Amino acid sequence: MQGGILLPRLDRAGLAFGAVALGLAILIPVLNLLVSTDSPFHVPPHVVALMGKYLCYALLALSVDLVWGYCGILSLGHGAFFALGGYAMGMYLMRQIGPRGMYGHPTLPDFMVFLNWPELPWYWLGFDQFWFAALMVLLVPGLLAGLLGWLAFRSRVTGVYLSIITQAMTFALLLAFFRNDMGFGGNNGLTDFKDILGASIQADGTRSALFAASAIALALGFILCRWIVRSKLGRVLIAIRDAESRTRFLGYRVEQYKLLVFVTSACMAGVAGALYVPQVGIINPGEFSPANSIEAVIWVAVGGRGTLIGSVIGAVLVNFGKTLLTNALPEVWLFALGGLFIAVTLFLPRGIVGLWTGYWTRRREKQAASITTQPVTEGQ
Amino acid sequence: MSTRPDPQHTQLYLDGVSVSFDGFRALNNLSLIIMPGEMRAIIGPNGAGKTTMMDLITGKTRPDKGTILFDGDTDLTQMDEAGIATLGIGRKFQKPTVFESHTVWDNLDLALAGKRGPFASLFHRDGADDDRILSILDTIRLSARRHVLAGSLSHGQKQWLEIGMLLAQEPKLLLVDEPVAGMTDAETAETARLLREIAQTRSVVVVEHDMTFVRDLDVKVTVLHEGSVLSDGSLDHVSADPRVIEVYLGR
Repeated sequence: MQGGILLPRLDRAGLAFGAVALGLAILIPVLNLLVSTDSPFHVPPHVVALMGKYLCYALLALSVDLVWGYCGILSLGHGAFFALGGYAMGMYLMRQIGPRGMYGHPTLPDFMVFLNWPELPWYWLGFDQFWFAALMVLLVPGLLAGLLGWLAFRSRVTGVYLSIITQAMTFALLLAFFRNDMGFGGNNGLTDFKDILGASIQADGTRSALFAASAIALALGFILCRWIVRSKLGRVLIAIRDAESRTRFLGYRVEQYKLLVFVTSACMAGVAGALYVPQVGIINPGEFSPANSIEAVIWVAVGGRGTLIGSVIGAVLVNFGKTLLTNALPEVWLFALGGLFIAVTLFLPRGIVGLWTGYWTRRREKQAASITTQPVTEGQ
Repeated sequence: MSTRPDPQHTQLYLDGVSVSFDGFRALNNLSLIIMPGEMRAIIGPNGAGKTTMMDLITGKTRPDKGTILFDGDTDLTQMDEAGIATLGIGRKFQKPTVFESHTVWDNLDLALAGKRGPFASLFHRDGADDDRILSILDTIRLSARRHVLAGSLSHGQKQWLEIGMLLAQEPKLLLVDEPVAGMTDAETAETARLLREIAQTRSVVVVEHDMTFVRDLDVKVTVLHEGSVLSDGSLDHVSADPRVIEVYLGR
């Protein structure tokens, strides 16, 4: 925009979001750990874990919004990046079990002993180190997104075809991870975790710390996304979304932009998955289910695509609704989700945030109109 | 055919260019030369290959055979759209194509000549080129609407904004596809003025159906028919050519 701004603009929305997330990261653990269980303000541990799960979903939704809302890439496979990040963390947690497994093998996880694996496969090496697992949480989803994006964007695969490819990718991974000989625990996945970074995964303190880590990761993800979308890069992304060939004829290599944002987004989804797994205590191939990826897109649509904050609101609200509804009427949930998607598409094309900003714009316009007409009415 | 000038001194040089789509010959041995600083109008009936020619020059389509040179020595058939655009060829689409959810200002800012890589964009500092944008806004008569979203401009204003974006690119050659389609008479006259102003400093190729507008431009005209050049010269000259009358004007 216009104006000679020398310093990088202070991002008020990003800072405000960071402050709220940081507040939650402190408040919820305090209410859980320091407030007595008799107090009405006490937050029970299972609620802490539930809220931590919502925040991981919110980070996943944020990553979907970055590619879909700003660059027009409708990924129906982001759940795969989430699950891969989750598996990388799960592998670390499995190796932390050590000889405490049911079969008491010093290095092999239980499922490998059960399936008569002679030794740890090469791709499990290194996962006993947290730093290595953390690196893989970013690297594996990032590389997969880089490879898929490089092939697809270079060949100018766009729109529904790209969506189908991403959907096929997550489905292929679902089938692969179901296989026992892949070495990822087959359909049971990875579970029975004991420790994370030396702390018991069941302890209240660990749960609170994981919640705080999720809140901070979400805040960092939000600030990163704000930085991207407010830079010139973000304006090029919107340009690509609105008129891809015009952007190309202006000299921008569209595929480079798409690839950069797709890989960034996949890494964010990977981090979300990695924080999700220790809080729910299991990762299995079901996380690759195409329905999960579609659900993430619905969260963004409900909250309002292309707004960032909308994706966070959408993810938390829809999942809160899911928790309530699956407790009361489990069989109704999928119908409710489908109905919600149709309703949002028909009546709220810009989502909850769009409804809110639309209301304020109309109100301001009405006020502006009444101010300009006032002198006339007074004169009469 | 007369002796062709040495490609070395030309702005754009097309020689024996042919391309077919599913057996249909869209361009058939097309040869065309645009000199630096020249403005040329290209007319021809639907399907004559006008838009295909622009697709070939801008790298959207590759020719089956033939030579396309820019600045006398750069082979355009080996480059992609972005490469050709940064070389200095701007293209205006038939339908006005601007970034509707960006402001007029941001549309021009994105078009400004400069680094095009994603990391350069991420660390780009705003505000360095404000004077340049202000002067383009003045040229395209949109100064008052600079903070308005491009999507809310009128059809004619969108056409001008797109021309302004091409100016911001600082191209040596401008390809303009039917700039006055759907414009009012006043807007058409204004567009002719705008293009003449632009042509003072660069080469311009205009594809147009509107004969009044072509007359307003007052430049050399090339008539395309079935993918090759049928006739060229002044508008009066080609209008008098019996072959042109038969295929195009007489219908």
